[in-house]
Amino acid sequence: MSELRAQLQEWRSAVDNWLPPWWRRALVALLIVVGIVLPLLFSSASGFMNATIIAVAYAVMSLGLNIVVGFAGLLDLGYVAFYALGAYSLGWFGSGFFFKAHIHVLVSPVASTLPGVHLNFILILIGAGLICAAAGVVIGLPTLRLRGDYIAIVTLAFGEIIGVVAVNGQSVHVGDGMTLTAGNLGISAVDQPYFPGIGSFNLLNLRPWYWLIFAILLVVLFVNLRLRDSRLGRAWVALREDEVAAVSMGIPLVKTKLLAYAIGAAFGGMSGAFFGTYYTEVNAGQFQFGFSIFILAMVIIGGLGSIWGAVVGGLALGYINNYLIPDVLNGIPAKLGFNFQLTEVEFGIFGFLLVIMMVLRPQGLIPERRRRLELTAEIAPADAQLAEAPGTPGDGT
Amino acid sequence: MNPTETPAPPAPPVVSVLRAEHVTKTFGGLVAVNDISFDIPQHSIVSLIGPNGAGKTTLFNMLTGLYRPTEGRILLGERDITRARPDVITKHGVARTFQNIRLFGAMTAVENVMVGHHARMRAGLFGSIFRPPWVRREERETREHARELLAYVGLREPVFDRLAAQLPYGDQRRVEIARALASQPRLLLLDEPTAGMNPHESQALTEFMQTLRDELKLTILLIEHDMKVVMGVSERVTVLDYGKKIAEGEPAVVRADPGVIEAYLGRQE
Repeated sequence: MSELRAQLQEWRSAVDNWLPPWWRRALVALLIVVGIVLPLLFSSASGFMNATIIAVAYAVMSLGLNIVVGFAGLLDLGYVAFYALGAYSLGWFGSGFFFKAHIHVLVSPVASTLPGVHLNFILILIGAGLICAAAGVVIGLPTLRLRGDYIAIVTLAFGEIIGVVAVNGQSVHVGDGMTLTAGNLGISAVDQPYFPGIGSFNLLNLRPWYWLIFAILLVVLFVNLRLRDSRLGRAWVALREDEVAAVSMGIPLVKTKLLAYAIGAAFGGMSGAFFGTYYTEVNAGQFQFGFSIFILAMVIIGGLGSIWGAVVGGLALGYINNYLIPDVLNGIPAKLGFNFQLTEVEFGIFGFLLVIMMVLRPQGLIPERRRRLELTAEIAPADAQLAEAPGTPGDGT
Repeated sequence: MNPTETPAPPAPPVVSVLRAEHVTKTFGGLVAVNDISFDIPQHSIVSLIGPNGAGKTTLFNMLTGLYRPTEGRILLGERDITRARPDVITKHGVARTFQNIRLFGAMTAVENVMVGHHARMRAGLFGSIFRPPWVRREERETREHARELLAYVGLREPVFDRLAAQLPYGDQRRVEIARALASQPRLLLLDEPTAGMNPHESQALTEFMQTLRDELKLTILLIEHDMKVVMGVSERVTVLDYGKKIAEGEPAVVRADPGVIEAYLGRQE
């Protein structure tokens, strides 16, 4: 096994040496071009296009969560809260839900005649990012003094709170007969994205939707890449590695952690706003705890802390969940003579996949550079032991 | 005015970099540090010694803001830093190393040292995302500076880009000192820097501390168990026992102090 690995390592470096130094950039450029051209190869309202759009939106969420969990090492189990807040931002500011209000900013001619708050999708997108960033700070504050598992518990609770508020928001009156949410009935008839010169999106032609979410993905990806190799990105990793040493080296704990929460949340919210308009309704039933785990699974399968891993993880689980299982493989059990459909056991399938991943490739599909270094480079065992001196009296911030 | 009076050397007080006044720290019923006052003159090397559990590291943690003193105050120059956050204290020019090396294991040696320089960098969220020219310059200079510092503490090129966790113990100690230096401190706190070193390495480090003081104009506060190092390098020694200061003064004086011999050296034998 280790010989095989060494052999692969050798090939890998041989290939690296053979390729010109700019091949990574070229590969990224190629991927972007493929990404842009992709929808032209499929029918404009196919199931595959639908699955692709959802998968890309998942990748955006996965990138957001990766900042919190992967970079800063803060295990967030309540990420669904930002999906919910982002979706509700769209419901509030892009539908007739607040029917007493008449606010219209850069929306389609049809929408501008309707009651309610109707803002252009880009404005809602920015608004959702800001609202979720603020919510991220709110949830981050009580976890600042906590570590590891305790952060997970607090964030999990926060996700549940938002879910319950979404369901019961129906009974929260905000004046003039209007309520906070529509609970399980859902806010329906939300605006489709509209851009002057392009017109309104509709669900008969999925290509514009795809290009929109793909553009969002590129922006989020760019921000991720820039942050990773920056002062802020290093500060996150330093905090993750050793909080006491990091603050002693001049890293402001509160600010740095809250920035991780806020940025991660903002991306979740933007993706949530997109889902709001794409699913054409915002329903409290969408925001279940399981979704937080689902996004976390994307990050882990991709490779914790790895940006390209988060993208691949999001796309992979998106396709499996929305294309492979329901469209391609769903009939297989019936053909084999079993009396169930594959969609009924999809959680079992995801669980199985996670277990397989943990056994075969615990570092994820595309491991982060640091993790790869840790796993491949040989460690002098005696030195490693010496460095692990027992007891850490300085361990009390 | 009598001209012979003016050059009296002891009268103009030596500028003290750091001064602790009646500092006390209790953990529940345990008094870890009990009413300690001392000051550290500029460009000096002061040692803090005492048996295990005497409260040396607790005192360090208060000086660097990791603990807040229960009573008393700590002045850095004229500035009261008693309740300041650790990162703020670092900005004001105090850097430290740890008794048990605390490097960022999953970061390379260079990255570790770069983090040390963070207190002097300005790039924030938007600077990091949009990377204007001044941020690029700041990044590049920080990286170059980190490599210079690693060379300064005696490491060589191939080590620079290896993960800190994979370096040998001695190299990790050096990286930790380089990381502390990267924050451009006025006062450097070293917590048992020679722990685990052989006499030859200890000797080298002793000389290096003197170099640091002379070349970088640093003031050094040292926790140390190796008496050879303490006696060789320090201008002043403060002895703690059970959280109390039991002696203070020049190394030779402290070494002859019967209380110290009883509390410290006697117990060691």
